[in-house]
Amino acid sequence: MLYREAGDFKTTYVEDGQTFPIKFDRIAYYILLAVAFGVVPFIINDYWANAVLVPFLIYAVAAIGLNILVGYAGQVSLGTGGFMAVGAYACYKLMTSFPEVSILIHVVLAGVITAAVGVLFGLPSLRIKGFYLAVATLAAQFFLVWLFNKVPWFYNYSASGQISAPERTVFGIEVTGANTDAWAKYLVCLIFVTACAWLARNLTRGTTGRTWMAIRDMDIAAEIIGVNPLKAKLTAFAVSSFFVGIAGALFFAVYLGSVEVGEVFGINKSFLVLFMIIIGGLGSIFGSFAGAAFMVLMPVLLKNILVGGLGWPTDIAAHFELVIVGGLIVVFLILEPHGLAQLWRVAKEKLRLWPFPH
Amino acid sequence: MPEQLLWAAEAMMNGLMAGVLYALVALGFVLIFKASGVFNYAQGVMALFAALTLVGIMDGQVPFAHLINAVFGTEIHHFGWHVPAILAIFLTGVVMVGLAIFIERFVLRHLVNQPDIILFMATIGLAYFMEGVGDLMWGSEIKTLDVGLPQGISETIDEATYNWFGYGFFIDRLDIVATIIAALLVASLTIFSQYSKQGRALRAVADDHQAALSVGISLRFIWVLVWSIAGFVALVAGMMWGAKSGVQFSLSLIALKALPVLMLGGFTSIPGAIVGGLIIGVGEKLFEFSIGPLVGGATENWFAYVLALVFLVFRPQGLFGEKIIERV
Amino acid sequence: MSAQAEEYVTEDGRKIGGVMMEMKNITLRFGGVVAIKDISFDIREGEIRAIIGPNGAGKSSMLNVISGFYNPQEGDVIFRGKKRPQMRPYKVAQQGIARTFQNIALFEGMSVLDNVMTGRLTHMKTGMFGQAMWWGKAQDEEVYNREKVEEIIDFLEIQAIRKTPVGRLPYGLKKRVELARALAAEPKLLLLDEPMAGMNVEEKEDMSRFILDVNDEFGTTIALIEHDMGVVMDLSDRVVVMDYGKKIGDGTPDEVRSNQEVIDAYLGVAHD
Repeated sequence: MLYREAGDFKTTYVEDGQTFPIKFDRIAYYILLAVAFGVVPFIINDYWANAVLVPFLIYAVAAIGLNILVGYAGQVSLGTGGFMAVGAYACYKLMTSFPEVSILIHVVLAGVITAAVGVLFGLPSLRIKGFYLAVATLAAQFFLVWLFNKVPWFYNYSASGQISAPERTVFGIEVTGANTDAWAKYLVCLIFVTACAWLARNLTRGTTGRTWMAIRDMDIAAEIIGVNPLKAKLTAFAVSSFFVGIAGALFFAVYLGSVEVGEVFGINKSFLVLFMIIIGGLGSIFGSFAGAAFMVLMPVLLKNILVGGLGWPTDIAAHFELVIVGGLIVVFLILEPHGLAQLWRVAKEKLRLWPFPH
Repeated sequence: MPEQLLWAAEAMMNGLMAGVLYALVALGFVLIFKASGVFNYAQGVMALFAALTLVGIMDGQVPFAHLINAVFGTEIHHFGWHVPAILAIFLTGVVMVGLAIFIERFVLRHLVNQPDIILFMATIGLAYFMEGVGDLMWGSEIKTLDVGLPQGISETIDEATYNWFGYGFFIDRLDIVATIIAALLVASLTIFSQYSKQGRALRAVADDHQAALSVGISLRFIWVLVWSIAGFVALVAGMMWGAKSGVQFSLSLIALKALPVLMLGGFTSIPGAIVGGLIIGVGEKLFEFSIGPLVGGATENWFAYVLALVFLVFRPQGLFGEKIIERV
Repeated sequence: MSAQAEEYVTEDGRKIGGVMMEMKNITLRFGGVVAIKDISFDIREGEIRAIIGPNGAGKSSMLNVISGFYNPQEGDVIFRGKKRPQMRPYKVAQQGIARTFQNIALFEGMSVLDNVMTGRLTHMKTGMFGQAMWWGKAQDEEVYNREKVEEIIDFLEIQAIRKTPVGRLPYGLKKRVELARALAAEPKLLLLDEPMAGMNVEEKEDMSRFILDVNDEFGTTIALIEHDMGVVMDLSDRVVVMDYGKKIGDGTPDEVRSNQEVIDAYLGVAHD
């Protein structure tokens, strides 16, 4: 079967607007989903789950969230870590206050609460633009982390100041707590990633996505042709924070189990997710996945090579990682400002014409 | 006078001093932003890098010693000499110029005509890169920096205020020196940009890249120049902060405070950077002093940002920024 | 002819209705600069109304006042018999006023199709949750609007570039896409800010034809700014002439052409 769109005629506008216009892509996508749900859970082990797959899935959700705000709506945010913290703490408070309710609902509610907080901090975006807004989101980052650190109610007055996820089950299978199986963690995250990606794709290909992109590309013109800028920006903040909040909740409850806010959700987390979407590709759902995969895999790889292979001390490897990450960001911005997603698009474009490019 | 008031006054004085240091970092931001339209997130890390280099040179450390040891299994650390402070400062200055040339050559040159936000993100990448290189070169442990600046409580002020109010103010002499140096720096920069030939070219570039190019100004030279100056400002700031609280990673976080300072003062205004720095410095000290104990302290972590945010909602162009007239 | 009573029919058989929009004693200042000084004129249903004048006369500012982007310090904007309160531009758009821009203001990161689809935003009603699910109503609405947009795309003959990112298009096509976006809104009043600036003769002829067709087929009222006198005189039913923020002439092309003040403004006059 060749990678072609010729002969694959679209007879309705619905067909023309679908996510994977090429048949080959559609089939590949279904196979990927089938493998992710049907095969991987049976072969996954602790190392792969904890070091690679679970963080990848969770970061993918966060990256989709941030990409909606930065890549689609053009509002640069440096507060992702703070919003992830909101998701984590909301989830913790819900889990401990309503133990009888399903954890899945708690995670979604944590997203909703984060969305509300996101809208609150998004309000100034109507007056503040560009760099000013980027710096203003730092206010959210620092204030939220401080808040969760200093107000004991948020961590249920625990002596350590940390929050720890109690054990919760879904259909009798443990998904949070110390005894969770690797495959259960993975599957929970996978379900959320799939749902989030689907929602995000639907939103970005339709009216809402167009209003966001209009605001991104030229806010004044957008307003003159009928976009309500306040509504467009706030929905972007809300949807973005919803995803980021879900990522934060999963990161705490499913992945780490216990969290110290300053360490886990500090400003570095904000930058990490930002780097994911830059490297992956701004304004692309696929790019969010690619960027998350890249930023999760690269340190693992580096560590294996430098520490495992060459026997360097871990701190030097960590510094080296900084150099490489920083360097890569610059290189990507210079060579391919649209990230891995654009490389992928170009590759597909070439493939479509192969082997007769002229 | 009631004691509370005196304490508040003391907190304010200390805030002013801290504000000067914020303003110093902010100054570097403004210079680069004005000349190249680049919002240089890496300015804070540049201060850290400069301070690290200064300490490294003074102590005669071998650059990249850890890395070399790890790769070749050697055991080198120091050259075994000590470089006098003045010479070390000069050498660090040279390194900063080299860094400016490096940045122009490998980053800026390739990003001409990209949207501002791309350049901004590139400087974030640069910040990570420089932090990593700094750590690899000189090691990441906390270092003390002593370039012979006076330190410790200023007895003169302590005694004088004790005689006047019956309560001695605790003011670090280093802060006073920092204030004086900052003032000198600002004055000389202002004179440079207003009256020298390069200064005029610099302002022309700030106004319009294309137009400046067309009258024969070398954009590359100006960028190297301005990043060198910013590097020099970063060196001074790094020296002050380093002497005050040791050279370590948190220095670049303190430098991040320059961002709200800029928002307050406006990205393009040198007086704005200074006034903004002072307001933030005094504001956060007073807030911590008055409200801090009620809410658990450490409000300095976020106060500056929230203040700037609230302020901007009412005046989006900052204190001294030009009013934005939107056109279509 | 400006004194003409209510409705009339033009020589080429188009019906011109009553007053659609009336600008009453508009004054617009930026700080100390007076951009528009006490200007009044009206736009009638179905007509093509031109605003001309030398550079800096305040034409674009006038268009910005009509589209709600600038709020005049004095004077009233009366739309369909009702005084329009100060409102944000997107509300004005919802009233059925669409426009193009002097310096093209397309969304460069989006395809032609998406750009034109943004023109339909004022007609989109489904909420965000429906869209997120991509079910029933949301999908129907998307398809319905897509059909409308395809009509416009056919009309302006830009089918071939439908999926091309706007950033890659040449200038003349961008202008056409911008017109498509404005038309997609099915506006009652269409404002065109120098629709033919920077075009060659052929492109100008195309654009003139489109403007006439829009007016003729959809009955859209059009107000346009243009520098090319030939075009203005051929296209428009009535012309307002501005100079230094003041109105110096108003009437049919013939009337304006013979107006001494207008001739002075354009050709210059010896001051003694």
